[in-house]
Amino acid sequence: MKLKVITGILLLLFVLIVSCQNDKGLDFNRYYSAGKLVYQNHCQNCHGENGEGLQALMPPLNDSVFLKKNIHILPCLVKNGFQGKITVSKRNFDWQMPPANLNYIEIAQALTYITNSFGNNLGTVTFEDVTAAMSKCK
Amino acid sequence: MKKLLTAIAIILVWSACKFNSNDKKLPIYGNRQAVTKVVNGQNVTDTVYQTIPSFKFINQYGDSISDKQLAGKIYVADFFFTSCPSICPIMQRNMLNVYNTYKNTGDVNILSFTIDPKYDSVKVLKKYADKLGVTGKTWWFLQGKKDATYTLAEKSYLVAVSKDTTVPGGYVHQGYFVLIDKQKRIRGSYDGTSPEQVTQLIDDIKTLKAEPASANTQ
Repeated sequence: MKLKVITGILLLLFVLIVSCQNDKGLDFNRYYSAGKLVYQNHCQNCHGENGEGLQALMPPLNDSVFLKKNIHILPCLVKNGFQGKITVSKRNFDWQMPPANLNYIEIAQALTYITNSFGNNLGTVTFEDVTAAMSKCK
Repeated sequence: MKKLLTAIAIILVWSACKFNSNDKKLPIYGNRQAVTKVVNGQNVTDTVYQTIPSFKFINQYGDSISDKQLAGKIYVADFFFTSCPSICPIMQRNMLNVYNTYKNTGDVNILSFTIDPKYDSVKVLKKYADKLGVTGKTWWFLQGKKDATYTLAEKSYLVAVSKDTTVPGGYVHQGYFVLIDKQKRIRGSYDGTSPEQVTQLIDDIKTLKAEPASANTQ
């Protein structure tokens, strides 16, 4: 009897964990596939199909270290644009990025796509992450 | 009957050779008109094609560039502006392929006219060219009076450009690459945002280079 209850509880826990993980995975897939479209429409012209950037004009998006370090300011850069010097992949860039006309969910989707493509693997950037980051924009 | 067959066979062989020959010619675009002249007492009708009129602009090095420097040369023209967020980067990405193919040949030029001369000063154009990795005298980024640029684009290169505050960057323009031959005639127009069409352009320049400078191609 005791064994049955323990087994039952363990089974429940197992199902819970698996389904939660699936939910998380599902979330990621939703963000990622929607993000690909946002990327194609708003980012790809400059940053390239494979995030390779454009010569010394547009920085590449495959610098995982840079992305991870700046993940909290990336939503602000995308939303408000950026002008000035920036070092990506050990190369210096000094041009301007126009503000993107995107809402928070689209920014979350685009950033999820970028930070998990081109050799990056940084997990989901959620709507909540973007909202939190946007409140701290300089 | 046998003779007829032989004749047909000969014609077939001849035409097969004729059509197989690599005698590819590019069409000539733009307005054309027939001009009748009197040569040696006889009326001779000739076709006169639209050509690019004389122009004078400043390149990214601050040098004055006119149609004279391009006499007898093949060139590709496009219209852009450095702060353009939409199609320009993808056009320049593709134009870099043209540049890298012909930068050392000396007889092919690329002319990128800015449609925003107010912002795109010589200094800005030089910085842009440097960052794009463009050096030497093959690819010129040209700045001139706005009216002159717009007239040249629309009347001569047949590319539409206009100011529009409602679009990102403030200008609408078509991303065409226009191919001009040694006689200043338009020989091709390619969508600069399409890698396939730009590959075609690179091929067509090769065809054009093989054409004699004085040939009256029909």
